[in-house]
Amino acid sequence: MKKKTTKPVVLLVDDYPDAREMYAEYLEFSGFDVVEASNGLEALERAIDATPDVILMDLSLPVMDGWEATRRLKADDRTKHIPVLAVTGHALTGISEDAKRAGCDGFITKPCLPEDLTVEIRKVLDDAAGDGASRGSGRGKHAKAKV
Amino acid sequence: MPPRGVELLRNVAAGRPRGATDPRRGPIKPAGDGAQTPDARLTAHLELLEGFLSRSDLQETVEFALDWLERVHHVNQSLCLIHRLNESSLSVVGSRGLSARAIANFTLSTDDWRNPLIHILTTRPHASYPAVSLSLQERRRRPNTPFEEAAFHVIALRGARSSDDAFGLLIFSGPRRITPDLEWFASTAAQKLAQVLRRLALSEGDRRQEYERSLLRTIVNAVTDPILMTDPEGRMLVANARARALFVASEEHSEGRRGAVGMNNMLLSSALSSKAIEETGATRREMLLVNPIDGSDLLFELLSTTTEDPRYGTGVVSILRNVGDLRRATEQISEGQRKVRQAEVQASAERDRLNLIIDSVADPIIVTDANGATSLMNAPAERLFTTSPGASRDKQRRVQANDAHFSSFVSGMLLSDEQRRVGEVNLLDPDTGTPLPVEAIAGKMLSEYGELTAVVSILHDRREATEKALLYEQLKQASDELEKKVHAATADIAQQNELLRRQAFELEQASALKSQFLANMSHEFRTPLNAILGYTSMLQQGIAGELDPTVKRQLGRIASNGQHLLTIINEILDISRIEAGRMPLQISRFKVPDLVGEVLAELEPLIRRSKLAVTTDISDDLTPIASDRQKVKQILLNLLSNAIKFTPQGSVEVSAQKLTAQRAFSVSVADTGIGIAPADHARIFEDFKQLDNSPTRAYGGTGLGLSICRRLAQMIGGDISVQSQLGAGSRFTLTLPQSRR
Repeated sequence: MKKKTTKPVVLLVDDYPDAREMYAEYLEFSGFDVVEASNGLEALERAIDATPDVILMDLSLPVMDGWEATRRLKADDRTKHIPVLAVTGHALTGISEDAKRAGCDGFITKPCLPEDLTVEIRKVLDDAAGDGASRGSGRGKHAKAKV
Repeated sequence: MPPRGVELLRNVAAGRPRGATDPRRGPIKPAGDGAQTPDARLTAHLELLEGFLSRSDLQETVEFALDWLERVHHVNQSLCLIHRLNESSLSVVGSRGLSARAIANFTLSTDDWRNPLIHILTTRPHASYPAVSLSLQERRRRPNTPFEEAAFHVIALRGARSSDDAFGLLIFSGPRRITPDLEWFASTAAQKLAQVLRRLALSEGDRRQEYERSLLRTIVNAVTDPILMTDPEGRMLVANARARALFVASEEHSEGRRGAVGMNNMLLSSALSSKAIEETGATRREMLLVNPIDGSDLLFELLSTTTEDPRYGTGVVSILRNVGDLRRATEQISEGQRKVRQAEVQASAERDRLNLIIDSVADPIIVTDANGATSLMNAPAERLFTTSPGASRDKQRRVQANDAHFSSFVSGMLLSDEQRRVGEVNLLDPDTGTPLPVEAIAGKMLSEYGELTAVVSILHDRREATEKALLYEQLKQASDELEKKVHAATADIAQQNELLRRQAFELEQASALKSQFLANMSHEFRTPLNAILGYTSMLQQGIAGELDPTVKRQLGRIASNGQHLLTIINEILDISRIEAGRMPLQISRFKVPDLVGEVLAELEPLIRRSKLAVTTDISDDLTPIASDRQKVKQILLNLLSNAIKFTPQGSVEVSAQKLTAQRAFSVSVADTGIGIAPADHARIFEDFKQLDNSPTRAYGGTGLGLSICRRLAQMIGGDISVQSQLGAGSRFTLTLPQSRR
């Protein structure tokens, strides 16, 4: 799983195993490599060692919640380029704003059918690819930081 | 010495009476114990006369006389007493053979008229007293002298004229009797002494007179007014310094001055020669003279008096008074008087003003002078303290009583040191006799020197004050009661407010807790539901392998029920959001037709399945509106899905139009469905209400849809209304303002 392939790597962060496994199974079926984490701290470690292309972040998490984890990812030069999609069961107004302030690039409300989630991920990846093409300097900067 | 004088001397010395030409008439017999030859006698007499001629001093003359007496007549004890002018006793001028102590102890007062010696002085030429062997009677008549008990003779010293009083006494002892020679001696010496004394007196008088005259001159000269005395012809007899300055000029004075003096003299003599003086004896007239020193005019008042002097005849004494000064003084006085008059006019104007002021004051005002007399009162005071002559006796009595009461108040004030006094005076209304208690306020007015000039009293009717106080008290009481009631009511309201506030707070808290609880519940519902729907979907997609059609249909049921559950959860969440106020407005401008199109597109699968004819009737001229797009969309989605749900067959029409008059627009969703009975129109907007509440009801849904729609519509300033008949379809209309801020 950790072997580097051409498949996009998705870091899936969720403390609810059924949901995590369900999405993982479907995403692998849909052609993604999936790395899983069950709390915010784990997510930070995975994000650094697995260098995912996108991170699906549940917000209500043990140890370190999704908002804090996202802030740290976005504050770290090694991970701040990775798009983060918040995926949460919270539907009250203001949650999505909080997520955006923490640095999330998108916001998806659960329940979310696996196929709908896949559509969202592809959209984000396509945007990131487009950005990458148009903003080469940003990438270069990132590459430099990695060295 | 002239020959005539020697001849006279010879006659006198021969003992002839004065004026006698024959010195030999009658022989001079020498004294018994001093027998002399005629020649020796003559020589002695001549010696005496020559001695007298060569002496003028009193003391020397007396000494010489007594020496001669002793030498010629052997009189070894003698005493000469002279009564000097203005003295009350005789003084010893010379003595022989007597002790100084005896002489010092001897006095002879002219007032002692019982003394025989004084008696001799006034009445008798001489007396003799023998030595003491006399009868008691004679002894009593014997005067006390330094000769003590020896015999002695007394001769009075008189002037030439027999009418003259004696001016002294010659007392001596020795000769047995007074011989003619002794008499001659006494009379000769007396004449000489009288002459000496006269000269003495004369020179004393001259000195005195001269002193008095110089004093008078000094006084007259010191007078600043010119004083002069003229004879009837106008010649100046006496003039003081000031007069001389005006009327006398000497050669060394300037010509101008001499001219001025000449002019003054002419003016004076013409004034004095007028008949007025002669007729009245004294006159007073004005006279203009020239000041010889500077030529200026001097105005004098001339007072002239004629005097009769036995030696100088008639004279005129004139006193000139400088009335230039007087006139100035007069002018000053009249100026002073003018000022006084002006001040009086001002004072009277001031007083008029004051009267006007105090008359306009409703309270009685009385001004009392320092003597307690009323000097001013205003009309209200007059009503209390004065009466007209025709007033009733009762009224007069009351006014008198008032006056007495007030006077006692003011006199107390006048006698005390207090500057201000406030007291109560009980007066009577002069007309009705009703008691009129007044409060009197009196103040002293002092002059600039601190003297009391007046007492001003103001009387204030206390009845009015009392009534006012009473009224005020009642008013205050009423006000207090009212205030108390208001306080009580306010306290009540405050208490209720507090209660309500607490309840509101509790409700709010409860509501917030409920909302939080629902939000949490919603999250907890979603998590498992997410897995259910997710796995169902995956199964339906055949990820785990191809499925049996029956299983597929059953999975479809699971999916749709899961979706329904999700809708319920969402709706509950919306209600709780609305109630918690956590659904803020997000106003934007958008076009209603665009929004309707979006809603139709979203419901496309549902519409397709329902097989209904869904049409739109939207006018093109709808201007964009400002509102919460998301909420309008939610409402329309709900209304349209309801219409489709409750319309088994037929059509649904979405229409939108502008309501220009209300500056609003409306969107209607009309269907040909089952309809709602008018009686139920209100109930359908209540929470959790579906008309069919049976467990086996034909239509799904939470019953929250319309309730949420109406709340949302009201949030954005609009409303939802319904027109429907049972079985005749329904029309739900959303009305919204053109713009919502």
